[in-house]
Amino acid sequence: MTEPLVEIKNLRTHFFTDEGVVKAVEDVSLTIPRGKTLGLVGESGCGKSVTALSIIRLISPPGKIVSGSIAFYDDGRKIELTTLPEAEMRKMRGSRIAMIFQEPMTSLNPVFTVGSQIAEAVRLHHRVSSREAWDRAVEMLHKVRIPDAQRRASEYPHHFSGGMRQRVMIAMALSCNPKLLIADEPSTALDVTIQAQVLDLLRDLQTEFGMSILIITHDLGVIAEMADDVCVMYASKVVEYAPVVELFTNPLHPYTRGLFASRPEPGKPKDQKLRTIPGVVPSPLRFPSGCKFHPRCAYAQERCKKEEPVLRRPNLSQIPPSHVVHCHFAEQIEEQEEAAVKSV
Amino acid sequence: MTVQAPAPTPTAAAPATRPLLQVTNLKKHFPIRRGVFQRVVGHVRAVDDVSFHINPGETLGLVGESGCGKTTVGRTLLRLIEPTAGEIAFEGRDVRALSGGQLRQLRRDMQIVFQDPYGSLNPRMTIRAIVEEGLIIHGLGNRKERLEKVIDTLEDVGLDPTYINRYPHEFSGGQRQRICVARALALNPKFMVLDEPISALDVSIQSQIINLFTELRRKHNLTYLFISHDLSVVEYISDRVAVMYLGELVETGTSRELYHHAIHPYTKALLSSVPKMTPGKKPERIVLPGDVPSPSRPPPGCRFHPRCPLAIDICKVESPRETIVDGHMFRCHVMEQQLKSPASKK
Repeated sequence: MTEPLVEIKNLRTHFFTDEGVVKAVEDVSLTIPRGKTLGLVGESGCGKSVTALSIIRLISPPGKIVSGSIAFYDDGRKIELTTLPEAEMRKMRGSRIAMIFQEPMTSLNPVFTVGSQIAEAVRLHHRVSSREAWDRAVEMLHKVRIPDAQRRASEYPHHFSGGMRQRVMIAMALSCNPKLLIADEPSTALDVTIQAQVLDLLRDLQTEFGMSILIITHDLGVIAEMADDVCVMYASKVVEYAPVVELFTNPLHPYTRGLFASRPEPGKPKDQKLRTIPGVVPSPLRFPSGCKFHPRCAYAQERCKKEEPVLRRPNLSQIPPSHVVHCHFAEQIEEQEEAAVKSV
Repeated sequence: MTVQAPAPTPTAAAPATRPLLQVTNLKKHFPIRRGVFQRVVGHVRAVDDVSFHINPGETLGLVGESGCGKTTVGRTLLRLIEPTAGEIAFEGRDVRALSGGQLRQLRRDMQIVFQDPYGSLNPRMTIRAIVEEGLIIHGLGNRKERLEKVIDTLEDVGLDPTYINRYPHEFSGGQRQRICVARALALNPKFMVLDEPISALDVSIQSQIINLFTELRRKHNLTYLFISHDLSVVEYISDRVAVMYLGELVETGTSRELYHHAIHPYTKALLSSVPKMTPGKKPERIVLPGDVPSPSRPPPGCRFHPRCPLAIDICKVESPRETIVDGHMFRCHVMEQQLKSPASKK
């Protein structure tokens, strides 16, 4: 067990809108290990981005962290992020926790050169001369493998392609040596060949800088390549949480199973229909009662409609203790599925 | 109205059948205009010399990265964009020569579904009006018959026909995409261009829509051009796949051939870039250096050569021609030499 860098316990983040309270994050607990990568996977609106924004405290009204704790362990000190004064939090952002977003096009200021934007981030956190900050910017652009970094530092964002802009964002995020990098769909807006470049780069930089990464994505392939641990979210809740190889070999929650089964994979027979998850993702304003997945779940029973399950260790011998699932009937479903596989 | 030819059996890629759609040397160059007088200062060669065919009942997948011209190909086929040069033959008729009534007839046979189900439905029209509009424009049936057709079509795409008087905003993304499909399907087309039809949808909804397409294809004997950047989905749904790079087709083959025995170095790199679902293993990946160049100034010779791991001198000057080995087409100097020299044959 590696020691944790961030420990989130029972986090609740709600949005108080005119139409009602949107419970975007409900009772989420997770751990980001030091120097490792936690993958947060789920569909749009499941609360994965809000969880990340809660860590870096970028939730603005009508949103609010209602309860729970986010502990950040920095050089043996425990810092509680939910109650940290805003001035202190501002120091954390950039120097300890940095974030990159899906849209590298809109995250850069078009009227400043990329070098000066990175240098600005450096000078916010370190007392250095502008010359030194500029040199640091060039060094970072070099580290994210932008060719001819010296010259490109004086160019404007519109001179860069999508993949190059995402590299600039990564350079800026890592310029102050953060302990945690939050990457919110970092490769979704990019083409596959460029996505491959960016993911490889992130992995290499993690080895070099030793930071932890929280990667948010809806793409299970990206999770497989990047994450050490995986947390699956559905309708504001964590529904399954396990080390990556364990999750991919033994998905237990019906939602996770559905996600795997509905992907067309190379080698799957073509004449067979894809398995689907029926219905649609529920609106956070009108979540179903009991287990929020029950209206779409093939295994749902009376109990699922009334009683919300807890995140628990399933009573199955082959499942390691690090694997938890948010389902009343995980054991029975596993038995049924096993039997179905054997009978084929 | 023309008498329909006896329906050809939809055996995928049977070489004897006449193709439903034959595209030859298709080109689309968009002029770049600058200055006060809007002088043409150059051209974006979005599609350059693209040739392919689609057999009746077949699904051709068209893959490539953004800006490679795949959407432009789809739209020129329906003449939503006028091609600059080349031939498009649909059931033997020259699509570019048609006008007026004939063109309208053609558009009944060829329909398109777009990527964004949020932007492609008029928010002020009811579902009924949206699906019925095509029937009215083509003067098909009276009021009662049209209503029946709308209800039939909605059932076909898996929507409850009691929703007929609702507006698009009342539906989820997946349902909206079903409405878009119903609108295209109402005219009984023979051929549909599906332009990234599932990219905007949630993962758990995508498989529902993929199943819908395969079901409709079987039921109505449809032929698809499936445009996408999602390589696993294309492999699943397509009989044959064409790969585009910077306005040109670089490789075409049956989906089994292409995914297991890709020849062109770009196809190989593209396939190796897809994140694999095998955690714990370090991906074996061909990482391409650099970005896709701008189609307004494509590199000379083979357009892929600045990023190609195999490039040799000839690639910088001469554009590779089409080479066909067992129905598998590719354009690459290096692979052509390799496959033709008998010593290297495995």
